[in-house]
Amino acid sequence: MSAAIAPGEPLLALRGVRKSYNVGTPVETEILHGIDLELAPGEFAALVGPSGSGKSTLLNLIGLLERPTAGSVRILGQETTTLDEAGLTALRGRALGFVFQFHHLIPAFTAAENVMMPLLIDRGRPDPAMREVARELLAQVGLAADLAKKPQQLSGGMQQRVAIARALAMRPPLVLADEPTGNLDTHSADEVFALLRRFNRDHRTAFLIVTHDPRLAARCDRRIELVDGAIVLDRA
Amino acid sequence: MQTALIVAGVTVGVAVVVFITALVNGLQASLVNRTLGSQAHVVIRPAEEVASPVIDRSATDVAARIEARAQRLRSIDQWESIFVALERQPGVVAVSAMTSGPAFAARGTASKSVVILGIDPDRYRRIVAIDDDIVAGRFRVAGTDAVVGAELAKDLGVGVGDKIRLASAANREDVVTIAGVFDIGNKELNRRWVFTTMRLAQNLLALPGGATNIDLRVADLFAADAVARDIAARTGLLAESWMATNAQLLAAFRNQNLTTGTVRVFVTLIVALGIASVLVVSVVQKQREIGILRAMGASRRRVLLVFLLQGALVAFAGSVGGGALAAVLVQVFARVFRNADGSPVLTPELDPVLFLSTPAIAIATGVLAAVLPARRAARLDPVQAIRSG
Repeated sequence: MSAAIAPGEPLLALRGVRKSYNVGTPVETEILHGIDLELAPGEFAALVGPSGSGKSTLLNLIGLLERPTAGSVRILGQETTTLDEAGLTALRGRALGFVFQFHHLIPAFTAAENVMMPLLIDRGRPDPAMREVARELLAQVGLAADLAKKPQQLSGGMQQRVAIARALAMRPPLVLADEPTGNLDTHSADEVFALLRRFNRDHRTAFLIVTHDPRLAARCDRRIELVDGAIVLDRA
Repeated sequence: MQTALIVAGVTVGVAVVVFITALVNGLQASLVNRTLGSQAHVVIRPAEEVASPVIDRSATDVAARIEARAQRLRSIDQWESIFVALERQPGVVAVSAMTSGPAFAARGTASKSVVILGIDPDRYRRIVAIDDDIVAGRFRVAGTDAVVGAELAKDLGVGVGDKIRLASAANREDVVTIAGVFDIGNKELNRRWVFTTMRLAQNLLALPGGATNIDLRVADLFAADAVARDIAARTGLLAESWMATNAQLLAAFRNQNLTTGTVRVFVTLIVALGIASVLVVSVVQKQREIGILRAMGASRRRVLLVFLLQGALVAFAGSVGGGALAAVLVQVFARVFRNADGSPVLTPELDPVLFLSTPAIAIATGVLAAVLPARRAARLDPVQAIRSG
């Protein structure tokens, strides 16, 4: 299921990416000032920086949820700025998983159904294999007993673990996590972080984690620091 | 909760439309049946005689007063050949000739003014279902057997088997035996009409071999006017359809249909607005979920389809409930409300076309009502949607 990538090709490559809002109006503001960034398969990177530094905007650009004003975003060797909406949606579904600060699980569905959702969107109709994938992923995040529970029956940490299982359902080569532990107590946060680490190790899934938590950032393999829309620090 | 409310709304809307339509159709059908119980769909008569004065039009100072001619009782010229032609005319189901004119019915010293209707009973039956209205004896018109109305029988104090004397203005007389008594629900006609054979009527009215009018039954009730116009144009005779005779009734129907049509349009509009508003609220409430689905690779088209489908499903659920509710209402109405003669105002059977078309319209309305909210959902920016969490 994991998308193929040519050897030596970076998983993600940003070249001179700029992003402005309110383009053409007197209040036009540039949030990102020419970002160059590469991410290799299997990397585990933290994206840190003060509020308003453009972290979330950068993550949205990488997540193909927003388009850059200038520059190039390549994912799996594919130039994305020339893709149309449908092409972006398809690539997003195939290549990227998302974990948000708020779990954004769909309340009407069970944990297993929420995890199956990306597969369902991809294939159109449910099949037993999907259910098996969901069961296995939920077992890996320690929720084997909670398959049939609705999100509101689960604790915050558990909900976030379901969300992680969902982000991994398509076995994406890259998972983008926006403050995945921002909403959790330290104990749950550690659990969730450990999970991300384990998937990174076991499946060579690359992670790009936006976080405010210096403790968490310190435990990542690479630390990218963004200040005022520019990368000021990038070290392993 | 909202969904339950709007489904209930659609249910009531569909029920109202189906019920009102069934009620009005039922009332109109029963009125038409009642009206046509004693009338032919089209009646053909000889053209009126006009005065054609011989005046020297070139003279400048002529004072002329032209009086309209009195219309005497006449036979239709060449009625047999017209009759044969009418039988072949498409859209005409039955044809019956009649020799009809004024006479007196007398028994002892009592004498009543009547209308003689000389007919061929087998043909006449196919125009008017007279057998259903017989209250005594049978509708047997043959030889000197005649059938009279209930009021006339009472006025003359006669019953089946008794004899009465018929006398016409042409000073001819005949004695007939009463074979049956009818009651067609109209006292005036019950007092006037006397059915005899054509031959007897022709003798009495001094119209040997003649027929004063030809009655038609047509296949499509509401095409009667067109058939009549066609016949009038081709034969030069007067042809009058039941629609012309009952113009007021038809005007009332038209107004009724206009009213129910307006009610239907407004109910449909209200249902559409209800569905649309519920879906708009639902899009706002679910924007986070929509955003996350979009981030997971759901296309705009798919989000659009989901909401259109939701509109259709709400309408469908409401239609099923509404259809059932209307069926119950019609049953209750058919039992409780009755015409003067005790027959139900409505037939309890629902018209399948109405029963299926209303839900179809409701579902189409649901989908249309969902277009706006669905487009809104599809256009939702996933970033905004996720942030708003």
